[in-house]
Amino acid sequence: MIKTLLVANRGEIACRVMRTASRLGLETVAVYSDADADALHVRQADRAVRIGPPVAASSYLDIEAVMGAVAATGADAVHPGYGFLSENAEFADACAEAGCVFVGPSSSAIRAMGSKIEAKHLVMDAGTPVVPGYLGDDQDPEVLSEKAQELGFPLLIKASAGGGGRGMRRVDDAESFGAALDGARREATAAFGDDRVLLERLIQQPKHIEVQVLGDSHGNMVYLFERDCSTQRRHQKVVEEAPAPTVSDALRATMGEAAVRAARAIDYVGAGTVEFIMEGEDFYFMEMNTRLQVEHPVTEAILGLDLVELQLQVAAGEPLPFAQEDLRIDGHAIEVRVYAENPKRNFLPSSGKLHRVAWPGDVRVDAGVETSSDVPVHYDPMMAKVIAHAPERSAAITALRRALRRTEIVGVEHNVGYLANILAHPEFASGTYTTGLTADAAASLSPADDPMPLLLAVASLVTVPAGAGPWENTDGFQLNLPHAQRLRLRRNRKNFEVRVVRSRDGVYRVESPDGAADVGEIVRHDHRIEARVDGEPARASVYSIGANVFIVRDGATERIELQSAAVGDFQSIANPQGNIAAPMPGSISAVAVAAGDHVKAGQTLMVLEAMKMEHNIVAPGDGKVTTVNVVPGQRVDEGTELLVLED
Amino acid sequence: MAILRSTIDTEDPSFKDNAEHNRALSGALRELAGHIALGGDERSRNRHIGRGKLLPRDRVNGLLDPGSPFLEIGQLGGHQLYDDEIPSGGIITGIGRVEGKECMVVANDATVKGGTYYPITVKKHLRAQEIALENHLPCVYLVDSGGAFLPLQADVFPDREHFGRIFYNQANLSAAGIPQIAVVMGSCTAGGAYVPAMCDVAIIVQNQGTIFLGGPPLVKAATGEEVDAESLGGGDVHTRVSGVADLLAANDEHALALARETVAASHLHYRSTVDVAESREPAYPAEEIYGILPPDSRTPYDVREVIARIVDASDFHEFKALYGETIVCGFARISGIPVAILANNGILFSESALKATHFIQLADRRGVPLVFLQNITGFMVGRRYENEGIAKDGAKMVTAVACARVPKFTVMIGGSFGAGNYAMCGRAYGGRMLWTWPNSRISVMGGEQAAHVLATVQGDSMAARGNDWPAPERDAFMAGIRDQYEHEGHPYFASARLWDDGVIDPVDTRRVLGLALTVATRELEVQPGRFGVFRM
Repeated sequence: MIKTLLVANRGEIACRVMRTASRLGLETVAVYSDADADALHVRQADRAVRIGPPVAASSYLDIEAVMGAVAATGADAVHPGYGFLSENAEFADACAEAGCVFVGPSSSAIRAMGSKIEAKHLVMDAGTPVVPGYLGDDQDPEVLSEKAQELGFPLLIKASAGGGGRGMRRVDDAESFGAALDGARREATAAFGDDRVLLERLIQQPKHIEVQVLGDSHGNMVYLFERDCSTQRRHQKVVEEAPAPTVSDALRATMGEAAVRAARAIDYVGAGTVEFIMEGEDFYFMEMNTRLQVEHPVTEAILGLDLVELQLQVAAGEPLPFAQEDLRIDGHAIEVRVYAENPKRNFLPSSGKLHRVAWPGDVRVDAGVETSSDVPVHYDPMMAKVIAHAPERSAAITALRRALRRTEIVGVEHNVGYLANILAHPEFASGTYTTGLTADAAASLSPADDPMPLLLAVASLVTVPAGAGPWENTDGFQLNLPHAQRLRLRRNRKNFEVRVVRSRDGVYRVESPDGAADVGEIVRHDHRIEARVDGEPARASVYSIGANVFIVRDGATERIELQSAAVGDFQSIANPQGNIAAPMPGSISAVAVAAGDHVKAGQTLMVLEAMKMEHNIVAPGDGKVTTVNVVPGQRVDEGTELLVLED
Repeated sequence: MAILRSTIDTEDPSFKDNAEHNRALSGALRELAGHIALGGDERSRNRHIGRGKLLPRDRVNGLLDPGSPFLEIGQLGGHQLYDDEIPSGGIITGIGRVEGKECMVVANDATVKGGTYYPITVKKHLRAQEIALENHLPCVYLVDSGGAFLPLQADVFPDREHFGRIFYNQANLSAAGIPQIAVVMGSCTAGGAYVPAMCDVAIIVQNQGTIFLGGPPLVKAATGEEVDAESLGGGDVHTRVSGVADLLAANDEHALALARETVAASHLHYRSTVDVAESREPAYPAEEIYGILPPDSRTPYDVREVIARIVDASDFHEFKALYGETIVCGFARISGIPVAILANNGILFSESALKATHFIQLADRRGVPLVFLQNITGFMVGRRYENEGIAKDGAKMVTAVACARVPKFTVMIGGSFGAGNYAMCGRAYGGRMLWTWPNSRISVMGGEQAAHVLATVQGDSMAARGNDWPAPERDAFMAGIRDQYEHEGHPYFASARLWDDGVIDPVDTRRVLGLALTVATRELEVQPGRFGVFRM
């Protein structure tokens, strides 16, 4: 019987595991790096142990540090979550040695599935189809090239030890194979410390379908149906759903049984996922993840199960409480992953303080952050998952879209608007989308700048909530003249100026470089703003933090910065070039530069000794020394020209 | 809570006629203001911009916080006052926010006669300083002026309220702890040199601003020395050599940024002198004032309809409503600030004067600012009223108005005639600020009465000499008087001479009063401190 569960993870998954553990009456232990000292998972745990500095290799990936926390707290079980040490066989061994239950499969199962090549051989032997390819040990480039020719192009080169798309290369013809192989190997080495690769035929219109399996230590094994995770951006899953919309009942059973066979081949115990690539009705084994998946909640939703609870039961040696024929799919569930990243800047990860986080109330949200949390730079930028469950797929989409519209995240860049656009895309609605969806529809998923957030930000800048004093009202009031004002703004790293003129009837004419619009009937209530823009109603939430105005509209957040001409914007007006004269009489004790030297502002040029003090003669600006008129030891009067500097 | 109930019917034809009339007046005012705001002629403006300088109103805009209100003072000053057009009197003055602090901004307009000081320019500058002193407002002088307008030097230089008073004021404002900041963005010649020199902090724009007692031509004439303006008194000279100025700026924008920092670094602290409640909008829209005001000031209407559209929530605690009914007195709030309002609702009788006197005493004792809504033809005349001593009752009211120490504000919403002007806190009564509506008229008596009085005097005099005065001549004489009174009693005529602080659109009254009341109801916490005598 498990009493104390240590969760060797952070973020939303740590919170999610602890939620179930607490419900089951277990004491929970969090581990944290210095970057997470005040993180949500730390505050949610009954106890928390610091395990190292922010860098993951020295904290969340450091087996010794985590085992130290296990020893210090007397935890009798460890849940690894996903990522970090979750598929690390040595960690599983370390837990076993410490007499502590590892909530996951045996280290041998982890090892068996850890190598893609070994895994494929294993499942092929068990009768599960794999993508035609080369999985051989001979890694000689010439051999690989020959095998590639045999397979035909296009094909994929993958890191044998890999995952997450790292070390993966698409090759379209024989000529580019060599360069692609080198690149894949470099990346594989950097990411996994292992440069071995495998070759695979490229499935051109693939769907990524995965089957959740669950086994106990009594030889029982069931499949918990499939998930469609084809909505990926650069091999990173973004939206997942269950059941897969294009999988028939017959195929569902066929795939489920194939997955169970694959898992049985390694005597799998616990929750695992068998990933398939699918085209039409054909499916091929890709890999097995020997852990809980990020997207497990959609499976939980359609089956009414708690997978973490089941993991803990199985880990404690209990038998599965149900058999395959007991399982029925109830409705449809969809999950989106909310990342701290900037869709407008090539999905660059974003970090910083979250000034506000508000989740919708009527859907499941697994979050690792809340208002005032920090999103550190050191880890995966996923902040939360939002999961909707409804009787029909279309209703689930509608519910999830509504939920995203009600989500408010202010402080870091995020992809909520992008996710909403995916859900609204007709290809997604049809269910027939493939892994190419986000690339094919990139333009419509990240539309060009919508003027609306800017207009609402301007509306909020020129108005204030009711009840403010007459001077606090920043409407640019003037006697008998148009209430005109110029606002210097910054959006998406671009500076520009907006002219706003208020007419007598309270309508603001906003002229920006993108055009003009009339914004009227502006109503402010707390953080809500409503207005009519060129006659159309618009609404958003507004948060003013320092010089920034954040407009949250339908889940998407836009930051617009109000700029003022800071004194620092102006270049030093101290004459950078010309003659540098002695500020007082004295003698030159050192000359640090020679004619022709380039100097920086503030750099010491020479030292003047006067009144028993040394005075540094420094460059007033960047420039080049043209002449030096004095030598060390020379006596100078006030005003003596010491050297000449030019731009 | 005593919410005023409006009985206005906005569908009534007379309401619509009134609205049309008054909207047209406000429209004409905005048109005039728009023209004036351009400043000098196009050539002067282009030359100004061509030198890399910002136009004065853009300088003001750049100095103020984004979106800050700007309560301009004397916008129509100088309008049709001289043979030359002197828009805004050649100087833009007003209150705006800089780094969250309300400041008095005084900006020369070099596109108007080189920014030289006409008599009205001096008067405006002094008025701005007076407002700054009474309301503890830091002064930012955006200097760009050629000094006194020499052809009118006799009306600019020598008298008590002439040019020298500017520096007298600067010294005393500074002594009162009110920051004096100059931004030299052009010439500061001769007397003008003392504007930055008398300031607490002076900023100067490199290769643009100059400060000297005598410019290069004068120097050559006086001593024969030939020197260019920059080496005589440019930014480098004054920030590196003479120390006359303190901060050197690269251009106008930089200078304004430095001025903003300087205001921020002044660390001013104010203490409110009244209890401020949360502001609430009136229950009736201000625009309805247009439909309330009859085009003929002799047509009566209930002034409570105006009050209901100015005060918070239209909530008006009326005093002595049943006594002296021709003046309406009561307590209310504007933008949350308590006010004591006196508004004419007819001619002043003894009872009205006594009621007003009582009420002013109450307001003064309670420290509540007074707001006069002036629409008065005068005190009642006739034997009965003179015999009852209306002069002494009027004197009581004038005494109360004159001696009240609380801030006083006046809005001329209709007629301002004769002693009624005095009793209702006319310009001579030391109010903090005074505005007029476009429909108002001001003169010692109404044009019609004046025409009759003067015609009667003239007719009597002619009759005494046995001369006949034919009716057509008499009518022409009277028409001339009426025209003169209409012309000189017009708010533009008045405002051009700074008999007020500006003509305002009736719908802006609440906002204008709110802005002014805010700065009038607080005290500056002046840091006590005395230095020893510096031997300079």
